[in-house]
Amino acid sequence: MSQIFFYITLALYSCSTLLYLVYLIRTTPVIALWANRLVMSGFIAHLLSTIHRFSSAGHIPITNMHESLSFFSLTIVGAFLFFERKYRVTILGSFVIPLALLLIIASSAYPSAIHELNPALRSNWLWFHTIMAFISYATFTIAFGAAVIYLIQQHFLKKKRFGALFQKLPSLNTLDDINYRCLTVGFPLLTVAIISGAIWAEKAWGTYWSWDPKETWSLITWFIYAALLHGRMTTGWRGKRAAILSIAGFLIMLFTFIGVNLWLPGLHSYK
Amino acid sequence: MNIIVVGLSHKTATVEIREKVAFSPNVIEKPLRELVALDDIIEGIIVSTCNRVEIYATTRDIAGGIARVRRFLADYHHIPFELVDPHLYSYHSEAAIRHVFRVASSLDSMVVGEPQILGQIKTSYGYAAEYKSSGIILNRFLHKAFSVAKRVRTETKIASSAVSVAFAAVELAKKILGDLSDKTVMLIGAGEMCELAAKHFLNSGARGVMVTNRTFEKAERLAEEFGGEAVNFEEMFVHLHRADIILSSTGAPHIIIGPKDVEDVIRRRKFKPMFFIDIAVPRDIDPKVDDLESAYLFTVDDLQEIVQANLAQRNREAEKAEEIIRQEIGQFYKWLSSLEVTPTIVALRTHFDEIRRAELSRTVSGWKDLPPEAEKRLDTLTMAIMNKLLHTPTTVLKQAGQGGRVDLYVDALRQLFDLEAASDEENELELEE
Repeated sequence: MSQIFFYITLALYSCSTLLYLVYLIRTTPVIALWANRLVMSGFIAHLLSTIHRFSSAGHIPITNMHESLSFFSLTIVGAFLFFERKYRVTILGSFVIPLALLLIIASSAYPSAIHELNPALRSNWLWFHTIMAFISYATFTIAFGAAVIYLIQQHFLKKKRFGALFQKLPSLNTLDDINYRCLTVGFPLLTVAIISGAIWAEKAWGTYWSWDPKETWSLITWFIYAALLHGRMTTGWRGKRAAILSIAGFLIMLFTFIGVNLWLPGLHSYK
Repeated sequence: MNIIVVGLSHKTATVEIREKVAFSPNVIEKPLRELVALDDIIEGIIVSTCNRVEIYATTRDIAGGIARVRRFLADYHHIPFELVDPHLYSYHSEAAIRHVFRVASSLDSMVVGEPQILGQIKTSYGYAAEYKSSGIILNRFLHKAFSVAKRVRTETKIASSAVSVAFAAVELAKKILGDLSDKTVMLIGAGEMCELAAKHFLNSGARGVMVTNRTFEKAERLAEEFGGEAVNFEEMFVHLHRADIILSSTGAPHIIIGPKDVEDVIRRRKFKPMFFIDIAVPRDIDPKVDDLESAYLFTVDDLQEIVQANLAQRNREAEKAEEIIRQEIGQFYKWLSSLEVTPTIVALRTHFDEIRRAELSRTVSGWKDLPPEAEKRLDTLTMAIMNKLLHTPTTVLKQAGQGGRVDLYVDALRQLFDLEAASDEENELELEE
């Protein structure tokens, strides 16, 4: 059942990704409309698939590569839908939804069998810690998308190139605003995720912090976003600088999330 | 019944001619009454704007009607016919419908896609409706034209881009600053284009204006006009950090704002972006300002380029609009031709006859032992009743067809007896305003 919904999701995300990419080159409102509709239905299917998996496994489905990649994809699409509603920036989908599609494709490459939960993870902290982390990752992904668009739009403005894509991209102000909003949501959540992780670690392993690779890299990610947020609030790090930093933050976050799991063995490697 | 259009526009006549034949809205009743009093002219509407003067009318006699309306335009204004005649165009039937649809959709405007013309036609129609110079055909025709214009507006991007330099500046500023409602404009020097742009910015919601000029009195006068504040030219850099949008057009022979100045200002603004437009020749603002990350400098040439691109886009969109109009003409023409007398009489007879036959066969088939002779008589009887009933309406219709407002009868008949499905879809026509 959850597999069926999973494949429906895969199909819907593929179609909407295609439409979002076409929307980059063709300015037809109908394309944007259908891209949004498809991704919305994809999100619902994805949610159903996840809920179904939750109920049959009895624990939140983020305990192996297949599940967590899929869950990451789900939160990204959810965050996109939220920001699309709020700021009316369909074009953001052209930059973010392909990422969500890649993640779910990667997820489908991993075995999807439901495993008995690792005893170390049997705790209420599991869902709290991971959901906080995932939502913060999703908002950082949106910030990344907005940052990329910002750099493109600024390039157009500085080079005085006023083509069709320029017309379609939102204003620098909106993009900067989205970036900032994502940061103010994502950063506190990441902080909470790290702290709750530490408390949980103390309970499960007897120590708050053991410098395992995931912890180290999360801390690096945290520092980058902390620096960005601090710079924004005090000396006005906005625009291009904020955009470049959020792209860097995103890449490191991606490594924290995927790279560490795959290549750096430690307490957090659940493959 | 035929629709005719007679008029002149910016395409066929200079402003000297146009203003001679223009009708003032204050005294529009008189020409409207005289128009519909002309021989063979049944309904009439006068559209008079600074770019065009046009008369839409219905007539039985196309050639005669057009000739009379052409003359009317000259005679009413007491100017020689020879002076006006070469500038006049006239259309009838389908061409007339196409013309009015195109005008209402702003395809025939000087600036294609400009939105005022639709409002002007609506006002003109309002007068005609008020003074009862328009009737069933022009009422429906104009409403149709309005809905066509609306369709063109929503289904094409014909009016979605800026085609004036001042407006292009506003659009560009929005692409950087987003919402303009908390933004301040600074006007440096005086110049028609800058003032126009400042007006556009205020109309688009900008919060306030600062004006500076070498002559402080000039600055004060302009500031008063915009409800803004005047700033001493020497103190310009003291206030520059408060401005998000800077429009400069001084007659200074050298650069007055350099990158160093702007860099300091931007630092004070905590890197909030600034939008500069330099209209002056020679330039007021050092081009190097644009190299600063949070400063965006544009010249008139940049704006002109946007306008050109937008105009090209409008022309492409205009083709889509023509296609929409083609479809709509067909639909409207179908309704118009249904108002002819002969097809209506035929349709009415057929309708009655169908009912007669249906009822007759129902009676006959349920009647046992009915002699064939009696059946024949029944047929004759019902036929006679039908003919008697139809005699008077048919005669009246035919007589009305010779002149007068026959379309009123025809339209009423078609609706009363639900003749032909073709008129049904027309009922969906939006009757807005």
